Amino acid sequence: MCLAVPAQVLSISDPSRALALADSGGVQREIELSCVIADGPPETLIGAWVLVHVGVALAQISEQEALASLALWAELDDGDGA
Amino acid sequence: MKYVDEFRDPALVAQLVKRIDASAARLPSRQQPWQLMEVCGGHTHAIFRFGLDRLLPDCVEFVHGPGCPVCVLPETVIDQAVALAQRPGTLLCSYGDAVRVPGTGGSLLEARAGGAAVEVVYGPRDALELARRHPDKDIVFLAIGFETTAPATALALQAARREGIGNFRALCHLVLIEPPLRALLADPQLCLDGFIGPGHVSLVTGTRPFDFIPAQYRRPVVISGFEPVDLLQSVWMLLRQLEQGKACVELQYRRVATTSGNSAARAAMEEVFEPAPSTEWRGLGSLPHSGLQLAPEYRAFDAAALLEPRAATGAEPGDPRCGCAAVLSGRMKPPHCPLFGRECTPATPSGPLMVSSEGACAAWYQYRQESADDRR
Ligand code: SF4
Repeated sequence: MCLAVPAQVLSISDPSRALALADSGGVQREIELSCVIADGPPETLIGAWVLVHVGVALAQISEQEALASLALWAELDDGDGA
Repeated sequence: MKYVDEFRDPALVAQLVKRIDASAARLPSRQQPWQLMEVCGGHTHAIFRFGLDRLLPDCVEFVHGPGCPVCVLPETVIDQAVALAQRPGTLLCSYGDAVRVPGTGGSLLEARAGGAAVEVVYGPRDALELARRHPDKDIVFLAIGFETTAPATALALQAARREGIGNFRALCHLVLIEPPLRALLADPQLCLDGFIGPGHVSLVTGTRPFDFIPAQYRRPVVISGFEPVDLLQSVWMLLRQLEQGKACVELQYRRVATTSGNSAARAAMEEVFEPAPSTEWRGLGSLPHSGLQLAPEYRAFDAAALLEPRAATGAEPGDPRCGCAAVLSGRMKPPHCPLFGRECTPATPSGPLMVSSEGACAAWYQYRQESADDRR
């Protein structure tokens, strides 16, 4: 219950409540997007990856972020003064 | 996920272990090992699952912290949930993790076997949906957890209020991450040298609840992800701070966590909850301002109002040999509890740390049976 699960937003199921259908490792569930939509319409998140906690998306994660952290690992190779 | 492999890459792990060894060798020598507390139960689970503790040099060790919400649930909360589940016309909804936690009179699962109405739900919105579908029943959601799950409960209660769903209620035992860390750091018997901060709590809170650790106690904190490479990198970052005599909050989990967290989630929590004067923690006792209660405008949703007032028994029940308190505060390792692996196993848990897979005892039992002879 306290581990966040990554999920990809598939479609918006109830725009007024910011509910969406999302896929998490092949399991589809309804999730709530209200904490990750700033002001825009929820539709903008279709296709996006989010981290979901007990049915609520709490952060958007992007491939870019994944790449950024990979760059962090690359630091290890460069011997950054440690 | 696609990029998970990178975070379990054996070559990267080997490199990090080398870095950790080198860094540890440069630390001032001393008798007791350098103790790094992983605050979150998710980290505890990953450490055991991947055997990360065995990759550390002898002079560095993990200490398992209080960040598993199921593990810190007091028996009285389970007892209240059981009482509600037994109440006619009431359905008690709970996360799956909490239904096996023993209360003084058994767990919610045992109560269900005896005829009580208990339903396992994925989250509070599912409980709210049950309330919509069964207007004739009182639907009670057992709201437990840290700042990670509190926003979901807040959003469900906001929806219930908006839609006027009067048969939905919450039995709240929501807790905050900062107070138990303050309690542990103030304990002169403990000597924790650094903290691996919970990446997912920080999604909501940002780094603010951890700022006092370097500021007041001069200990480093690294907010970490959950993969082996994340955790090892966090260890290395902590050792580097220790080595350089630095103490600050660093983010290892940068691909997800931010220093500011999620303000929309916090806004929902702030509308629905207020700090409770004091909250009971298993193993840590009663801590002031360590939990959340419903704010005045949401009191009508408080399931505690449905409970018969009961005379407080005062006495702390349970087996006196139970080592939960010592394990939860990092004073004892799970296999040194006299009940470990005997009376207390995942199938027959005596304490909450044996229930959740994020509990230190369950993780130790599941992944360390082969070295049960470590036990003294
Ligand atoms: S072995 Fe059981 S009783 Fe002992 S500390 Fe662990 S959970 Fe508690």
